[in-house]
Amino acid sequence: MSPFEPGDRVRVLDLGKPGHVRTPRYVRGKTGRVERALGEFRNPEDLAYGGDGLPRRGLYRVAFDQRELWEGYEGPAGDSLYVDVYEHWLEGA
Amino acid sequence: MSGHDHPHEGPGRTASPYALRIRAIESLLVEKGVLTEAEIQDQIEYMYSRSPANGARLVARAWVDPEFRRRLLADTKAAALELGIDASGPVEFVVVENTPEVHNLIVCTLCSCYPRAILGRPPDWYKSFEYRSRAVREPRAVMREFGHEPPEGVRVAVHDSTADVRYMVLPMRPEGTEGMSEEELAALVTRDSLIGVSVPRPPARAR
Repeated sequence: MSPFEPGDRVRVLDLGKPGHVRTPRYVRGKTGRVERALGEFRNPEDLAYGGDGLPRRGLYRVAFDQRELWEGYEGPAGDSLYVDVYEHWLEGA
Repeated sequence: MSGHDHPHEGPGRTASPYALRIRAIESLLVEKGVLTEAEIQDQIEYMYSRSPANGARLVARAWVDPEFRRRLLADTKAAALELGIDASGPVEFVVVENTPEVHNLIVCTLCSCYPRAILGRPPDWYKSFEYRSRAVREPRAVMREFGHEPPEGVRVAVHDSTADVRYMVLPMRPEGTEGMSEEELAALVTRDSLIGVSVPRPPARAR
């Protein structure tokens, strides 16, 4: 019942959530491709403040094209960047 | 100040404001019964028992044993345990493999996530703002400064380890190492090559 499969195009949401969030700003609003489902983990945004982190959230390794992330990126088209993103920060694209 | 011994710091070293703050927090945690001195000491021992030599052993074994390499890539914790390296704990480990087509680089832009249960503490530069910001934006320039330039046609893959997975690079076995023992091979594997800012150099006689 995983919402995303390897190969899916996804967009990283910009939830504007303060505090201990694990989604780097530079990928928010960017589109990438799910490379691997990494399993389900307790939500660090809740764990960091003494919560139990439940329900567990799916974690996905998302691949981005470097040239789409950075203006003037030095490197060829195949250069990529992988970030692990929890499912509630992702939507289908 | 707690006044107790801190054997992990050399005598005569001036403590930074951060170290003083940590000691104050440590004293409070002990005073309030959240932690004991013994638990803190155990954790320090644990961290000091981990080192890049563990990573080097895993890599050397993977170079000489294709079946082990397969297991290391598929289930890093289980493979590490085969060599007596206990990386158990809540975080997952993924080993990313350098190939003639792809060179991998590890960073944690948000803090200093690092495969500590295998490699111990990260180098100071790994935690620096400069490395964390530049490794994602200009990885090729960062590697050049470490003396590594991927050959023409090699793609660079940066892994920003921000969540519950810790990454380690499996570098390629250098040329000119045929016939070397596993131990000799392990000696070629540097900490920096496990992070991906450089690659293992062939032994001097083969250069």
